[in-house]
Amino acid sequence: MGFFLTLVLLVVTLGVAWRYLGSYMAAVFDGRVHFLGFVERPIYRLLGTRPEQEQTWKRYAGALIIFSAVSLAITYAILRWQGSLPLNPQHLGAVGSALSFNTAVSFVTNTNWQNYGGETTMSYFSQMGALTVQQFVTPAVGIAAAMVLVRGLSRKSFSTVGNFWVDVTRCMFYVLLPIAFVTGIVFVADGAVETLAGTATIHDVLNGVTQTIARGPIGFMESIKQLGTNGGGFLNANSATPFENPTGFTNFLSIFLLLCIPFALTYTFGKMVGSVRHGAALLAAMVLLFGVWVGFTSAAEHHNNPAVAIAGVHSTVGNMEGKEVRFGDTSTALFGVASTQTSTGSANGAYDSFTPVGGMGLLTGMMIGEVTPGGTGSGLYTMLVYAIIAVFIGGLMIGRTPEYLGKKIQAREVKLAGLAALIMPITVLIVTAVAVSVAAGRAGPLAGLSPHGFTEILYGLTSQGNNNGSAFGGLTGNTPFYNVIGAITMLLGRFAIMIPCLALGGALAEKNVVPESLGTFRTDNGMFVGLVVGVILIIGGLTFFPAISLGPVVEQLSQLKVF
Amino acid sequence: MLIHLRRSLVLAIICLVVFGFLYGLAGTGVAQVLFPHQANGSLTANGSTLVGQNWSSPRWFHGRPDDTGPYAASTSTGNAGGDNPLKANGFSGGSGATNLGPHSLTLVKNTRTLIKYWHDLGVDPTVDLVTTSGSGYDPDISVLDATVQIPMVARATGLRASQLRTLIATDAHAAEFGFLGSSYVNVLQLNEGLAALEK
Repeated sequence: MGFFLTLVLLVVTLGVAWRYLGSYMAAVFDGRVHFLGFVERPIYRLLGTRPEQEQTWKRYAGALIIFSAVSLAITYAILRWQGSLPLNPQHLGAVGSALSFNTAVSFVTNTNWQNYGGETTMSYFSQMGALTVQQFVTPAVGIAAAMVLVRGLSRKSFSTVGNFWVDVTRCMFYVLLPIAFVTGIVFVADGAVETLAGTATIHDVLNGVTQTIARGPIGFMESIKQLGTNGGGFLNANSATPFENPTGFTNFLSIFLLLCIPFALTYTFGKMVGSVRHGAALLAAMVLLFGVWVGFTSAAEHHNNPAVAIAGVHSTVGNMEGKEVRFGDTSTALFGVASTQTSTGSANGAYDSFTPVGGMGLLTGMMIGEVTPGGTGSGLYTMLVYAIIAVFIGGLMIGRTPEYLGKKIQAREVKLAGLAALIMPITVLIVTAVAVSVAAGRAGPLAGLSPHGFTEILYGLTSQGNNNGSAFGGLTGNTPFYNVIGAITMLLGRFAIMIPCLALGGALAEKNVVPESLGTFRTDNGMFVGLVVGVILIIGGLTFFPAISLGPVVEQLSQLKVF
Repeated sequence: MLIHLRRSLVLAIICLVVFGFLYGLAGTGVAQVLFPHQANGSLTANGSTLVGQNWSSPRWFHGRPDDTGPYAASTSTGNAGGDNPLKANGFSGGSGATNLGPHSLTLVKNTRTLIKYWHDLGVDPTVDLVTTSGSGYDPDISVLDATVQIPMVARATGLRASQLRTLIATDAHAAEFGFLGSSYVNVLQLNEGLAALEK
């Protein structure tokens, strides 16, 4: 009953965000919002650019790549020089070179995969100056890339797609900063820590225990961590720790924050292309898949953990191994699904200890491409890629040149869309094959050479290939092998998908609009929603089916029970 | 190309200043003024209500077994543990779960050890009391988890079971707004209440 009410509240609040945050973001990217002009204008002056100075997709992509490379270098440098930088009350030394590289790539690609325990590795300077900064920058870069594709669909015979510097700046200042600051206060009010005073050591006279408690500027990192679908927490156990996620309310707020922008962007898209119905069609496909995954994953977690049941405890409480009492089983599962189907990857429990079906829910949520609703920006542009593949297939069925929003989808567009859709599965399957083939890769999983051990490896690389960042924590990732192969996977998962999408946006912007006729294949009705859902499931499901069979499916069948 | 590089450097430095430091410092300032207790870690004289501790004596209500029995500092190879959140069980990563999978034989063995641990204390354990948490220092237990420990605490302290039941009922927190998350009892608050009762 409580879980049902939680879902109702989530639907209502996200519905409001979809409508109003969605139209606000459309106004921001159309340049109709100006209340922070006094901040914005000096920045453009320093950058030497103006909002009217638009770029072709190639210049836009060049700016995006170089800006990301510079961000990567600065993040890496801060981690390596941590020992000599201020705001380091625990006197933590430099982060190792392989780990710094992996972490810098991870935060610059919006992955936030963490091969380290935050409280014992990162100084406050690194947490704020290296990591939190990227939690603002990377969602803005992702949304900017999505805007290129949206403008490609809304513009007629244009050679330019927008100004990268302006899009990123506006997104950070008008969208991310205000929401993150206000909700940061809410996190702290409920119990999240926010101090620069270092650790606290307290002796408990009742039981004679002395504790050294890690603290830091956590609350305000927490809000942007969720809002930007980043997921990289201050502490090792992420949102499971009470200092990051103190109550059932902050848990709900986290779920809302990490879903609100990705869902609302479909409204922004609809508004900008002049047909909210088209945005609603994409939203419907997202909600349909998201709902199914929430259903079976939380049902699975409401059952006892098989190992605990074998040991002799039978109860109706659900799988509490690796979960926190204040959240309970189903709310933890809901958080997990929301976190893996966006590119957030934050965790309020141990995903590794989920039941086989529950863990498979999280794993397959990433495998279907993180489009339901996906990451900030990345969800929308990947979803549009699937929509273009869907109209292509629809066009083949009715024997007409496919069109989407009046734009003819021709050989070049289909090739780019196919490339963008297939890079992730190809990358993930190849690196997983490499990892299980070499000794350094096989040494990683806690569960050893078993179906669950294979799932730990597959999950880790799927997570990095999708820029998710969640983990089956049993995998020991801080080794040279996993640091390097993970970094390569994350870079491909981010930029090898983003660049074809920018090219697609550029190609579409150049096209004129074909007038709608009776024979035009409708792309804003239930039939199209079904087609998009089918495309997502076929691309994700068929490419990964053999791999899933070797992991969670074997694990579940060896237990001979459906749940 | 060069113009991209120059603009990238400028924007990266602006972001470093604004989102790295102004944002965090302004946030810390607001937090310290408006909610100093929470911002500093919800500390009491005996610890933090948000960080679980090891209550090994039967005189006290126990929390989740994050550093008890098989998960205690000397025996564990995993990542659980709650006494020292900075160095739980000698594992240097800080907070974290055991990450034992749903078919892990270690998890079966550890759970059996914990069931015996509770039976030796005269308690019939619930699921929460034989499983470890996600953070490695879950500060809370459910009302049922506290209730099953009443015989143990009553025997060790000499307090009446009815007094302990009342104590648990007063300390129980409902789910937020009645439905977000689960209801729970904070173990530190419960034991501080228990200490006051004994005076």
